[in-house]
Amino acid sequence: MSLKIVANQCTGCSACEPECPNDAISEVKNLFVIDPDLCTECEGHFDTPQCVAVCPIDECIVPLVTA
Amino acid sequence: MQSTASYINIADLKASGKALADAHDLPATGGGCGTHGGEGKASCGSSGGPDDMPQEIWDKVKNHPCYSEEAHHHYARMHVAVAPACNIQCNYCNRKYDCSNESRPGVVSQKLTPEQAVKKVLAVASEIPQMTVLGIAGPGDSLASPKKTFETFRMLQEQAPDIKLCLSTNGLALPDMVDEICKYNIDHVTITINMVDPEIGAKIYPWIFWDHKRVTGVEAARILHERQMLGLEMLTARGVLTKINSVLIPGVNDEHMIEVNKAVKARGAFLHNIMPLISEPEHGTYFGLNGQRGPTAQELKAVQDACMGGANLMRHCRQCRADAVGLLGEDRSSEFTLDKIEEMEVVYDFDRRRSYQDKVETERQAQHAAKLEALAATTGSSADIDDGMKVLVAVATKGGGRVNEHFGHVTEFQVFEVSAKEALFVGHRRVDQYCQGGFGDDEQLPSVVRAINDCHAVLVAKIGACPRDELKGAGIEPVDGYVDEFIEKAALSWFADYRARIAAGETVHIERGDASIRQGAYTAAA
Repeated sequence: MSLKIVANQCTGCSACEPECPNDAISEVKNLFVIDPDLCTECEGHFDTPQCVAVCPIDECIVPLVTA
Repeated sequence: MQSTASYINIADLKASGKALADAHDLPATGGGCGTHGGEGKASCGSSGGPDDMPQEIWDKVKNHPCYSEEAHHHYARMHVAVAPACNIQCNYCNRKYDCSNESRPGVVSQKLTPEQAVKKVLAVASEIPQMTVLGIAGPGDSLASPKKTFETFRMLQEQAPDIKLCLSTNGLALPDMVDEICKYNIDHVTITINMVDPEIGAKIYPWIFWDHKRVTGVEAARILHERQMLGLEMLTARGVLTKINSVLIPGVNDEHMIEVNKAVKARGAFLHNIMPLISEPEHGTYFGLNGQRGPTAQELKAVQDACMGGANLMRHCRQCRADAVGLLGEDRSSEFTLDKIEEMEVVYDFDRRRSYQDKVETERQAQHAAKLEALAATTGSSADIDDGMKVLVAVATKGGGRVNEHFGHVTEFQVFEVSAKEALFVGHRRVDQYCQGGFGDDEQLPSVVRAINDCHAVLVAKIGACPRDELKGAGIEPVDGYVDEFIEKAALSWFADYRARIAAGETVHIERGDASIRQGAYTAAA
């Protein structure tokens, strides 16, 4: 289970990056991406995913759907 | 003519260092500048320069263009966008909106790393020696990304110690950052405070990110309010000057603004800047999309007037964009993009900056002295017929405190409130330039009239026959008889003449209507 950042919604504001307890978020070409291998959706750390709670854009950070 | 302190003395607070938990219960005594309802001597604005403030505060802010109306004609500031993250959501802000044609607070085209920001500041300071102030002001909240903000300040303090540092914040993280703020010698902080009642706050802030949770509603506003008040008290206790920005939102916090003014004054804020809401639908903000309008010119002025007995009130804010560079009202940021800075050979020359600033200061003092002299010769002439009448006049000026601009070249009128006793600066009105390449543009004139429709006269250096007739038709008197005179003197002279004409039955005094505030922040090339 992991979240992903929808690239065309991300403003690159960086609010999410320092909130991630797993250091799963990094900057790529002025936008931010989540490493699905590191993301736990904050389970075990917080009640809600921190990046979703702090992101100023609704629908920017969503569950990663794997085929 | 030195004004006595009219608010809580910063030095006293600094000495006692006490928290002002119940400071809002202090009586709002008005000391030397009690100008409630606009009566009496209005010395409270920051508009007039050194005569309006206690010496110790004036010494700190005299070269700060954002704090002193007078300084902004002589000194420049810049903002760097190093901290784009935010920890709250405001209904007047849309973080997705970023367009190079747009210009308003919170909007920036290019975010910078601390290293890039420092390089940019050094480049600008070398090119523009009157640049004396560096601010970190968004987009985002400077204290939501404290590492980036303070790293920038640390490097600048090492490499350009003569530049004053300031920051602006929504206050949520402020109490935790006061030590850091003091460490880097940041002696000016702006806090945006739009309410002191969480019920009202809930209509302005949909959520905050607090203690690892998204908190909404009245609870969010209550936490924000408490943090803002605590942060302000802590800064005051440490001797850090605080300016309060408030966004005036009609029907939401307009009647409440006097309470905000009292609360921030009681906690030692030295300046209160009440700004009109910017809310065009195309900005995509919650307010913009839901039909929340901004205030008219008279609505803004009424609230500012009502708050004049409180903290010093600021009337010259032009709501520049977050990465603005240059004198207030001018934006040279396009000369200092990342690509261009990378190619610049920057040599930071203290001596050159110092000698240039000395020259600016000499010129400015001469100007100020000349103005006082001119005013001393004027005042009293019509005081015998003072019945409290006050009117607004718009002034076309290109600087130097004089009536010296052609009507058609104006992009921003200064507005003064004139009575028999005094001419007081009360704000700016931005307009689209009427004269384009030598020809008057008939499309623009109605919008110019709308912008100064509450004024009885417009003082200009020159004006064409066509706009002259149209202004007269709209009931605004075009006046070109005071060319190059100091504005206050010209306004008082015109007012005396106006009163004489009324007395002689040549003119009938008619009250003016309201005026509209042009949306969007000021850009030189607008």
